[in-house]
Amino acid sequence: MNAVNLDNVAATPVDPHVLEVMMPYFKDHYGNPSSGHELGEKPARALVEAREKVGDFIGSNPDEITFTSCASESNNMALKGIAAAYKKKGQHIITSAIEHFSVLNPLRTLEKEGYQVTYLPVDHYGLVDPEQLRKAISSDTVLVSIMTANPEIGTIQPIKELAEIAKENGVVFHTDATAAAGYLPLDVEKLKVDLLSLAGDQFYGPKGSGALFVRQGTRILPLIEGGIQEKGRRAGSENVPAIVGLGEAALLAGERMEERTKSLSSVRDSLRKQLFSGITHLHLNGHPDKRLPHNLHISVEFVEGEALLMHLNNAGIYVSSGSTCTSQALKSSHVLAAIGLSPELAQGSLLFTLNLENSVEEVSYIVERLAETAEKLRRMSPLYQKYLKEGS
Amino acid sequence: MAQYSEKVMDHFSNPRNVGEIPDADGVGEVGNPVCGDMMKFTIKVKDGILEDVKFLTFGCGAAIAVSSMVSEMAKGKTLEEALKITNKDVAKELDSLPKNKLHCSNLGADALHNAINDYLQKNEKNN
Repeated sequence: MNAVNLDNVAATPVDPHVLEVMMPYFKDHYGNPSSGHELGEKPARALVEAREKVGDFIGSNPDEITFTSCASESNNMALKGIAAAYKKKGQHIITSAIEHFSVLNPLRTLEKEGYQVTYLPVDHYGLVDPEQLRKAISSDTVLVSIMTANPEIGTIQPIKELAEIAKENGVVFHTDATAAAGYLPLDVEKLKVDLLSLAGDQFYGPKGSGALFVRQGTRILPLIEGGIQEKGRRAGSENVPAIVGLGEAALLAGERMEERTKSLSSVRDSLRKQLFSGITHLHLNGHPDKRLPHNLHISVEFVEGEALLMHLNNAGIYVSSGSTCTSQALKSSHVLAAIGLSPELAQGSLLFTLNLENSVEEVSYIVERLAETAEKLRRMSPLYQKYLKEGS
Repeated sequence: MAQYSEKVMDHFSNPRNVGEIPDADGVGEVGNPVCGDMMKFTIKVKDGILEDVKFLTFGCGAAIAVSSMVSEMAKGKTLEEALKITNKDVAKELDSLPKNKLHCSNLGADALHNAINDYLQKNEKNN
């Protein structure tokens, strides 16, 4: 069996067609789109086309798309750029407890600068309660930022409902759609969001490619200042190959959304079913239905995640975990804490994120190896031995 | 994962002395699931020598490798010798551990010492 990559939230492989479309922009059409001569023409045209493709992908005007280097930049720009632009109106921002660090950390910085931030709790599925958002909004609130779907537990938020509440109160609404883009149909008109972040490396586009949708009429200050690229919203020579790749990846993702999500969710469902019938003491984390089609998040009771990862890695299976030991910062996942998962279960958490190359044929191999690993680690687990003796 | 030495990978993949000694002479525990690592050592003592050492560990690769190494280092030693094994010695025997694992996962010697002290305390009471 070849290596099985089930950690596609970290990175997806670039689609061969996307790569092919990108290649000429490294060497043949290497010019700067801002140049007034012929070398800049083709790259400039490529930017226009990519902007249209990304706009179509989320139902916006091309003018409302700003290209960035990644989702983290898009999120930073959205939060800091809106906070700065609306500072005189108010200094209160609302977010959720389970956002990505590229939302939480800029907000911590804004807090140090005097902004007030409310972190809405989530229920045990990871869902934000719209009523709690309504109650949290005050006359000082200028921005609400809530992710479309969580990259870890896969839970999909009621974004339309949340954005409507913000709109009713005249508050700008940003959604970090990084985990959702390519996996859920996104339409900024239907969702009624004012800003939306996404990144190409989540849906078979290149790394270093991101975008921020900013609804026309929404004021925002730039994060990176310099030239007037991206209409002055984001200075710096455009990364044309990456932007071309993002555009093409968005086009493919839009066209093949149904086919892709169907294929991903069928492998994911089969994995879930076989894991739960083949291994005892597993927990499903996140929402049973309202979840990303390629996401499965479980806890393997009585064992620790890094040890699971290492054994699976030796068997050529790549997954990730929210355990303390697998994080660089040696902190267990804030998302798992926010949904109220016990420390034991958070330590034994495993995140599977599938890509289009994963197949149903791989599922039984994965289940066998994980069953073996869990048994081996449980045999040496004091928690499991205690359970065997005392029950419960 | 590439951060681990070959010795760590060996002890992680093929841990020695896994288990719990029934009617152990001493039991020592350290850690909790919140920090991510938990170790339980059980020992059998005969004529002041560690005749058998077994461990149960909940934790990461480093924690498992450390437990296995400690058990191997301690077995056959006198209690005095075993009490002198430090966490640092264990890391050295494993051809070092990643920096960020030196504190949280390197608790094996402590767990062993707890087991020996438990034995010594029980013995004192009996005499």
